Amino acid sequence: MRSQTAVRKVSLTGFRYVVEARILNMIKWTRIIIFVAIANPILYLLSIGIGVGSLIDSKDGLGGVEYLTFLAPALLATAAIQGMLDEVIFPTFEGFKWVKNFFAMNSTSLTGTDIAGGVFVAALLRTTFTVVIYWIALYFFGALDSPTAWLAIPAAIFAGASFGALIMALAARAKNEDVFMLITGRFIVMPMFLFSGTFYPLELMPTFLQWIGWISPLWHATDLGRFLTYGHQISTTTLIFHLIYMFALLVVGLYFAFHNYTKRLAK
Amino acid sequence: MDLIVVKNLVKQFGDFTAVNGINFSVKQGESFGLLGPNGAGKSSTMRIIGATSQRTSGEVLILGKDPEQAGPQIRAHLGVVPQQDNLDEELTCAENLYIYGRYFGLPKITVKNKLDELLEFAQLLDKKNSKVKSLSGGMKRRLTIARALVSDPDILMLDEPTTGLDPQARHILWDRLFRLKEKGVTLLITTHHMDEAEQLCDRLMVMDKGEIMAEGSPTELIKKYSTKEVLEVRFGSDRNSQMVEQLQSFADRLEELPDRLLLYTESGEDLLAKIVAANIHPNTSLVRRSSLEDVFLRLTGRSLIE
Repeated sequence: MRSQTAVRKVSLTGFRYVVEARILNMIKWTRIIIFVAIANPILYLLSIGIGVGSLIDSKDGLGGVEYLTFLAPALLATAAIQGMLDEVIFPTFEGFKWVKNFFAMNSTSLTGTDIAGGVFVAALLRTTFTVVIYWIALYFFGALDSPTAWLAIPAAIFAGASFGALIMALAARAKNEDVFMLITGRFIVMPMFLFSGTFYPLELMPTFLQWIGWISPLWHATDLGRFLTYGHQISTTTLIFHLIYMFALLVVGLYFAFHNYTKRLAK
Repeated sequence: MDLIVVKNLVKQFGDFTAVNGINFSVKQGESFGLLGPNGAGKSSTMRIIGATSQRTSGEVLILGKDPEQAGPQIRAHLGVVPQQDNLDEELTCAENLYIYGRYFGLPKITVKNKLDELLEFAQLLDKKNSKVKSLSGGMKRRLTIARALVSDPDILMLDEPTTGLDPQARHILWDRLFRLKEKGVTLLITTHHMDEAEQLCDRLMVMDKGEIMAEGSPTELIKKYSTKEVLEVRFGSDRNSQMVEQLQSFADRLEELPDRLLLYTESGEDLLAKIVAANIHPNTSLVRRSSLEDVFLRLTGRSLIE
């Protein structure tokens, strides 16, 4: 029998081997990943930021900044969330259903928590890449107007992480990928994108719809991002609340992701 | 030393009992088979031994440890070949082996040094850098076996290793498994192919509906539950059942299958001569040695592959 040392090492840091596997997979798609990361911000910024922005005269409602500047943090957080969703949803379905490679992983010393952790960290890496590229694009479009603007990068990734963890937990329970995508896409992601103060301040929305923003990590990240990229005024309480909310979501999401992965593997 | 000890193992899924109180043990270096039709409880048993599924009750010790207490530690010493290949199709053969070795926490250099040896064993050295999705079914199966060997497991577990492969691919695979057996690797194999069990297993357990029907070496089982030879006769599907009564007295035992009658006897040729002498003329006749298929038929009243 081999020594127990190798085993103990695995049980502490097993997720990194799953990260390695995910990266090995992503490398096969390098060109597409880079293309999407660059084309996405350029298309959004040209069409909505500059196109729609040119029609908006009043800067009062936007706190005295250009529409593009107002929109930028929201787009950045949206990109982070979207990137995170792609990288947690597809590998989860692939792992449990399409290829069943999670079962292969789980027949080694890796546990459900290792696997979920690995998928999540790999998704974070990919999202970081996407967000950094997006941020650079925003910089060149002149949408960033503060020395703290770089902090919008971790803020966006934070939003992606907290929402991604939650969706990952749900994906691990889903049996039918079509139904799952339909529900998350139409009833969660789309309303969140439209009603999180993305295109106009949340306060302008009817009060009975504002709750969507309050529970949406996108709104918290956007509001935080606006504070960081152009000095949009928020109170310290609000600032702390944004951070606590996203952190809580992250912890709950990860807890259930680990739990659901482990449970589904043991079936 | 017993590497696997199973006592009164029960596995239930809701109301359904997949494994109903089985007992067995497997010694080091032994090649042990679980034989039975689909739904016999073989795969459930395998997953519990493989420390990936929880049992409902009973005791299980793998390498001296309880899989529910020490799952990852036990799995570190197992090589698992699942029923369905779950290779990473987008990665190459070499990458699949490499990453699987990494899952065990093996150092990069250790795994890299093993790649060629494993690929050669799987007869896939020339496919080293080909993506898995371009491989044939037999090749994928061999790669899955090579993958299970990357960690030098103490026990190699194979769930239906050759199901779905063509005869040639099966023989290549058997040859590879036989080599492992010669090297002293402990094998645990499930199969519903009798010939496979006869080829590979030192000892086996016949399972049906979650229970053990019999246990022993293939020869022992045949000796105990069947006769030396079998005479198979066909009268055409309409007449087969009409002939049962007439033929009953000739053989030690008779089994009626939809397309033929099986007559169990010590000498098939002698029996055929007697039948013909009694002016009974089957459309076709065939004398063969008893196999595990006959054992199964005797024990369960059903044939294995329906």
